[in-house]
Amino acid sequence: MRHMIKAVGSLALGGLLLGQPALAQSPKVDPATVEAAVKGVFGHAPAEWQQRIVQDETQKACSLYRNQPPADVATAITERETKNVVLPADGKLLGDWKSGEKIAQSGYGGRHTDDPKLPLGGNCYACHQLSKSELSFGTMGPSLLEYGKIRKYGADDAKAAYIKIYNAQAVFPCSNMPRLGHNKHLNEQQIKDLVALLFDQESPVNK
Amino acid sequence: MLAGIVTAVAILAAGFPALAQQDETEKEIERYRAMISDPFSNPGFLFVDRGEALWKEARGEKKVSLETCDLGEGAGKLEGAFAKLPRYFADADKVMDLEQRLLWCMEKIQALDTKDIVKRKFGRPGVTSDMQDLVAFIANKSIGMKITPEVSHPKEQEMVVLGEALFFRRGGQWDFSCATCHEATGQRIRLQALPVLSKPGPAAQATMATWPTYRVSQSQVRTMQHRLWDCYWQMRWPDAQYGADAITALTAYLVKNAAGGEIQVPSIKR
Repeated sequence: MRHMIKAVGSLALGGLLLGQPALAQSPKVDPATVEAAVKGVFGHAPAEWQQRIVQDETQKACSLYRNQPPADVATAITERETKNVVLPADGKLLGDWKSGEKIAQSGYGGRHTDDPKLPLGGNCYACHQLSKSELSFGTMGPSLLEYGKIRKYGADDAKAAYIKIYNAQAVFPCSNMPRLGHNKHLNEQQIKDLVALLFDQESPVNK
Repeated sequence: MLAGIVTAVAILAAGFPALAQQDETEKEIERYRAMISDPFSNPGFLFVDRGEALWKEARGEKKVSLETCDLGEGAGKLEGAFAKLPRYFADADKVMDLEQRLLWCMEKIQALDTKDIVKRKFGRPGVTSDMQDLVAFIANKSIGMKITPEVSHPKEQEMVVLGEALFFRRGGQWDFSCATCHEATGQRIRLQALPVLSKPGPAAQATMATWPTYRVSQSQVRTMQHRLWDCYWQMRWPDAQYGADAITALTAYLVKNAAGGEIQVPSIKR
């Protein structure tokens, strides 16, 4: 919900301050200076690791506007990121919610000391409430309690959830949520399992 | 007067059990804080003692101690030095944090080979870190003083602006920047509360005024270099190089937002 408020807020601001720079824009600093500093602190890391922090257009825009892009930039982000979404070829969106719960609980993976051969987690509970039984949940994202139930287990809503998990920025420009599929952190099956966690009637999310 | 307030609070609290409970919890936390800030209970003070010995020990090719090292307030002057770091040093012509400055002094004053020191930058079971010990000792010499950022030199101002840009730079496999977790108020990861560090105020003050800290979960005094290295690790960024200027820039920005915070170090944390 916070993402939505933020996105709506920035759109409204964009309308009010037409033609003016966004309020939250970073102070003047030569981007080359920033990138030189980044090189200085991460330049010794393996090339593959350095590649991970080369910014794409969306990361650049969200950094520049501090996650509150003006309307035209916000539209450009959602349009670009929507094109980047890859839906499952078999058309199936719901996997196994039990596997989804494990993925939601685990924050493993992606850190430079993590074993890349071990399964990666989605770390969903770090930011979201999902089930009534798990009390250790974060609040950076909205509560997802009864997510599927509230939406009457609608197929379109499940598809929207898949897209949101695959690429949050296709839905809310400069969302704080990682683009878990787009950035190749989670694979197709893992995202299906998470969608099942949200949309299976037997899932603890809907109990 | 005080009794009146206490009575009023008690009456109010009686009407609101949740408030009374919260009040009890706060009191308990306060008692805990008082207990662990006692130098005899906080293991961080063992690091302080080791740091003092290291400061005075003749080492390096020149076989001299660090006691003539200028941390910004004059050669060998420790009181209040930490409260003004990072700052510009004319002899090195750059802005340095405490850890960069200590390495500089080891190399210039002692002609000490710092390879081994840097290798032991983060202590672990069986391996003590000279940097952690020295930082604990020196920072403790500013206890009770207020964080007073140095921003008069243009290079100091440049570092703050650079640090701010780095704070908001998104990247990595999870698209994170520092701001992802530390821009909004009242949020938490799992059950861990997240301080707002992107604006001046009590959260930034309370955070920056309590590092270095003894981390119970790691049995080590951790420094700001370690804290930011750890943040980048969690952010799924690459292994941050110890003593890099980007870390100093971030520290300069955070310290700017923490101006006025009263230094209580080494503190003790989870």
